[in-house]
Amino acid sequence: MSVFPATAAAKSAGRRAPTSAARSSRHGRRAGYWFIAPLGLGFAVFYFWPMIQTFYFSFTEFGPFGGHTWTGTDNYARVLRDVTVWQALGNTLIYCGIGLLALPLAIVIAALLNRRGLRGVSLYRALYFVPFVTLPVAVGLVWNWLYNGDFGLLNEILGWFGVDRHYWVSDPSTAVFAIGAVMVWSTTGYYLIIFMAGIKAIPQDYYEAAELDGAGPLRRFFTITLPLLSPTLFFASVICMIQSLQTFDLIYIMMGEKNPAVGDTQSVVGLFYKWAFMENAQGAAAALAFLLMLLIAGLTYLQFRLQRKWVHYG
Amino acid sequence: MRRRTLLCSGLAAASAPVLAACSDEGGGAGGGGRTTLSYGMWDPAQVPGMQQIIAAFEKEHPDISVRIELTPWASYWTTLKTSMRGGTAPDVFWMNAVNFQLYAAHDVLEPLSEHIARDATPVDRHPEQLVRLYAYDGTQYGLPKDFDTVGLWYNKALFDKAGIKYPDTTWTWDDLRDAAAELTNPRERVHGFCSEMHRQFVLYPAMFAAGGYVLRDGHSGFGDERSVAGLRFLTDMIDRGWSPPQSAMVESTARVRFWSEKAAMVHDLSAMAGQMYAVPALKDHGGVTVLPKGRERTTVIHGLANVISAKSDKKAAAWKFVHFMAGRRAADIQAKSGVTISSYAGTQDAWLKSMPEFDLKHFLDMEKHATPYPSSKNTAVWENLQYPLLGAAFSGKGGIEGAARTLGEQMDRALKEERDS
Repeated sequence: MSVFPATAAAKSAGRRAPTSAARSSRHGRRAGYWFIAPLGLGFAVFYFWPMIQTFYFSFTEFGPFGGHTWTGTDNYARVLRDVTVWQALGNTLIYCGIGLLALPLAIVIAALLNRRGLRGVSLYRALYFVPFVTLPVAVGLVWNWLYNGDFGLLNEILGWFGVDRHYWVSDPSTAVFAIGAVMVWSTTGYYLIIFMAGIKAIPQDYYEAAELDGAGPLRRFFTITLPLLSPTLFFASVICMIQSLQTFDLIYIMMGEKNPAVGDTQSVVGLFYKWAFMENAQGAAAALAFLLMLLIAGLTYLQFRLQRKWVHYG
Repeated sequence: MRRRTLLCSGLAAASAPVLAACSDEGGGAGGGGRTTLSYGMWDPAQVPGMQQIIAAFEKEHPDISVRIELTPWASYWTTLKTSMRGGTAPDVFWMNAVNFQLYAAHDVLEPLSEHIARDATPVDRHPEQLVRLYAYDGTQYGLPKDFDTVGLWYNKALFDKAGIKYPDTTWTWDDLRDAAAELTNPRERVHGFCSEMHRQFVLYPAMFAAGGYVLRDGHSGFGDERSVAGLRFLTDMIDRGWSPPQSAMVESTARVRFWSEKAAMVHDLSAMAGQMYAVPALKDHGGVTVLPKGRERTTVIHGLANVISAKSDKKAAAWKFVHFMAGRRAADIQAKSGVTISSYAGTQDAWLKSMPEFDLKHFLDMEKHATPYPSSKNTAVWENLQYPLLGAAFSGKGGIEGAARTLGEQMDRALKEERDS
């Protein structure tokens, strides 16, 4: 986020008269380019070039074994006409909504872990972080066992309270939420780490002053922690939104193709996978991917506009 | 991104032991004018059998060696398509009916008709329907290596407990329904039958047995009255509680239920015999017979074929291998390994004898009545329509007639698009 002001400053620096100091700074800048070259090259080859290609192929019919023919905007027309696209989009927005729940959860846990005198903080931190570094496939499989309608632990526990056994991931009305819950479970640890670092950066004097004025823990949380954490929260919400809009692997693992709820849980990227890799419709899949990118870009822009209203930069 | 690395590492992990095994067998004779063919396949259970065949082939052709490239089923087709594009596809590889026409139509397979005529490959020793599955526009592109039919597997202990006679070749759908009702025991969570939403094992056989069809002259059979009757026969058993709903079979499939003796009867492939045999309880009291007769007695036949990549630069050697694989010796070895039924007529005895406790000959008997697995040029497109549309009806929510009709309409649209493209 600070990239833009930095480049602007660098540009204005470059326009100044070439004093020796400027020359050496320009020299430093050139060295800097060399340092970012490996990353930049990787980005160009593996992200930027494929992106341009995807955009181009979205206007073609792509043969399953190579070769393509220009079809204009046919693919985009197909995408917008297809009801499954709208359904997948709806599902994806639900995932996004559920996924964002990880943020308040992580903030609360972070605030609790930052209490003075709490022992074993690093252990808790590690425990919360473990789900995030676990392979999504392993996460999906284990949760499928927990959710299993016949032998699952969840049904067993609910059974003690007289709740009927339920097929969580194959009932269309619960499947999205069952998967969403796993998403939240596996990402909370990541945001927790970020928020804990953010809270650490808040000067302790604020809390001490507030305490002297008689503010309780809740009051301190809402009037000091939350506002001063807002830049971190903003960063986390952008990342979280983008990630949950691109969600795929967990759904793919947890659902399987014969699940009656498969249409009710399919995400946009899941549909992309189906089109591109199963149904030989790479062109339409490229169009879909591009529209998703536009959507993500649009929502991210919106977030950047809205941040002025709620983010406090210290 | 994460997913892709995962696929690759899984692939590497799966193929590592195989590659190691192959290089052992090669005995360091690599290089020096020797042609090395790569052979793409997906089933780890068949690797030992294939290696025996390869050893026999290499003895006959000392100048050729064959290396197995094992890719897990889940990524086999995507990997193959990508490697075709990149020019790194295996020289010879397994093909199935679902994908065959797509490959043949795009000229990425080597036509075999001339080779067959020249070397007098014994094509007529393989089931005709199966051979025809791998011909496109009058040209043969693949030679079958094995075949699969679907049979009715049953648990004798559960039948004894319910005090009813075992299924046999005289059974009709009425017998199946009656037995399913008797065998169902909710207290022990045992179901009489599994109306699993599985096209090859359950949906298609039921539609065919009811006198319906899936694909005929480029048109969908899902709207056909008899096809619907077949599907209704299945959903009815779910509605009555004699079969678990599909929502429950997502998590524990029919096969798993049968293995754990929670299902008394299931449809399953002949190729699964080996795995059934490995379950001690089923080796002891599992049984198999032909599918019960609906309006007609039938089953679905499908088999894999060996094909040669049109981009291979070792086509002469590749053809020698495919020719060998379609012959008697390879079939004998394959049959003895007990994994699948070899498609070569008269070599199936070894397979039958490999599991004497099971009456496997029923699978062979059914070949005569079998209907080939339906496919078109872009089969996956209309196959992908089936489960999402039929899912609710197979989960006890009713409405199979409407769902089948909608499916028929959407499938017809997909088939029309396929013709137009």
